[in-house]
Amino acid sequence: MKERLIGFLLFLSALVSLASLAVITFFIFEAGLPLIFKVGLGTFLESSAWSPSGKNPQFGIASMILGSVWVTLGAIVVGVPLGLAVAIFSAELAPPRLAAIIRPVIQLLAGIPSVIYGFIGLTILAPLVRTTLGGPGLSVLTAALILGIMILPSIVSISEDALRAVPRAYREGALAVGATPWQTIWRVLVPAARSGIVASIILGMGRALGETMAVIMMLGNALQVPRSPLDSATTLTSNIGLELAYASGAHREALFATGVVLFVLIMVLNMLANVLTGRVVLWRTRLPVSRSIFARLRGRQPAGDRSGS
Amino acid sequence: MNRHQSQRAAYGCLWAAASITIVILAIIIMYVLLQGLPYLSLNFLFGRPEAQGREGGIMPAILGTLALGALSLIIAVPLGVGAAVFLTEYTRPSALTTMMRFGTDSLAGVPSIIFGLFGFIFFVTRLNLSWSLLAGSLTLALMVLPTLIRTAEEAIRAVPVSYREVSYGLGASRWQMVRTVVLPNALPGIVTGIILSFGRAVGETAAVIFTAGTALNIPTSVFSPTRTMAVHFYILAVEGISLPMAYATGAVLIVTILIINVAANLFISRGIARTVRR
Repeated sequence: MKERLIGFLLFLSALVSLASLAVITFFIFEAGLPLIFKVGLGTFLESSAWSPSGKNPQFGIASMILGSVWVTLGAIVVGVPLGLAVAIFSAELAPPRLAAIIRPVIQLLAGIPSVIYGFIGLTILAPLVRTTLGGPGLSVLTAALILGIMILPSIVSISEDALRAVPRAYREGALAVGATPWQTIWRVLVPAARSGIVASIILGMGRALGETMAVIMMLGNALQVPRSPLDSATTLTSNIGLELAYASGAHREALFATGVVLFVLIMVLNMLANVLTGRVVLWRTRLPVSRSIFARLRGRQPAGDRSGS
Repeated sequence: MNRHQSQRAAYGCLWAAASITIVILAIIIMYVLLQGLPYLSLNFLFGRPEAQGREGGIMPAILGTLALGALSLIIAVPLGVGAAVFLTEYTRPSALTTMMRFGTDSLAGVPSIIFGLFGFIFFVTRLNLSWSLLAGSLTLALMVLPTLIRTAEEAIRAVPVSYREVSYGLGASRWQMVRTVVLPNALPGIVTGIILSFGRAVGETAAVIFTAGTALNIPTSVFSPTRTMAVHFYILAVEGISLPMAYATGAVLIVTILIINVAANLFISRGIARTVRR
């Protein structure tokens, strides 16, 4: 009896994350969808007129969407080459001692609060951009550079796992036919780890798209479509973050509607990443116990553990 | 460029990338610490703020941070460890566990502002908790749940199957086996997850500001509003209240994060040492 009760309680706690995802989805949509229907999805997404609290309120989030797109793409341009390079470095050529430094460095980069990143952008980078390149300083460029660093941990850790999962035989085979170590990495290992690397980039995009406080601090929050990387802009997230505290009525609904758009975009990205890493995840987590025991008895890894394509 | 030259150039770039990353982290930490340390004092750490934080200390924010982090862990840890035990020990892979995993993975990807919106509309407004420690903690608990589940699951999976078999062989029931064999052996990994989750709670701003509020007072109950260090730092910096105070708060914040990360790493290496010794 006690056993069954405990089993049931554990089952319930395992259900919590799925249930809360459902509840979150429901309440965000419930609060935001009515306004989208009232304004019309087309107008809401395509108009860039946002004056939520006047006599004739207008709700168009096009300039925020474009701001988000610009900043996210900028972060990817900065973060992906650097992140991929660090992932290759620590998976393939870092001496053990250095690898032992890189891992906590990446972990710490992930742990630094986003307000600290935003503050660095605000006090170091923005003045630097203003004096050297012109413009207001609080700009798409500033935000993209800092966000590129903020998404490094997602890109490095997932890409590194994918690279490490490539079977040894690939490496040895390439080296044996006379490829240099770099040719081995670039022509064999990176393509073999492709799906994991792409997934890491998509998750990085999700992170950049969803970041709020740091972006508020660095982007200038100008409600305009940025014409150059040196312009100020505003994003879906920063607009919610700035206006939620005082919004009411239709204005508040419009912020939740913005949240709906953001939520849908993020979920699409997450699902893409999940599909791409799906295989690895399935093998790691769904390996039946009996098979792994069998493999252990025979002293080798189960066939399913050999990932890479 | 022949292949040996490109080999050298490419490896040079990889070394450069790794060095740049380390240097960037060093710059961030050193900058915040060096700017903030001159303003740090016992009075700052243990004093009450005056004039919206323009003067005085940050004691309420420190206490608010600790209370919020602790309460969210009290809510989330049993759920997270319970979920991990269920997924590893109590069930076989099925459509249901795939759905549960999907829920956890998706929850991990939900940005903090969405948690902020949800906490605001659900806990603060619908459940009428208003801006409070409890509303903030419930929101944060959902946010850190995926981290807890994943780290606990990984730690539990690392416990050798033979341990379980021995326990069953001695006639233990499933829960007895979990309680006496699996959980104690998985403890270092679970604790690492708890510490990292605490770090996430300490550093979070977007989800906290709309659920726990920004009141600069020492919380007296779970229903009183509070302001965390990260929120305090954000308000000081963005509203231009006081840059020196922002620097000092930032320094305390980053030292806290450093301590949390070092502690988490200590537990990780201890866990590895334990498995190696066996």
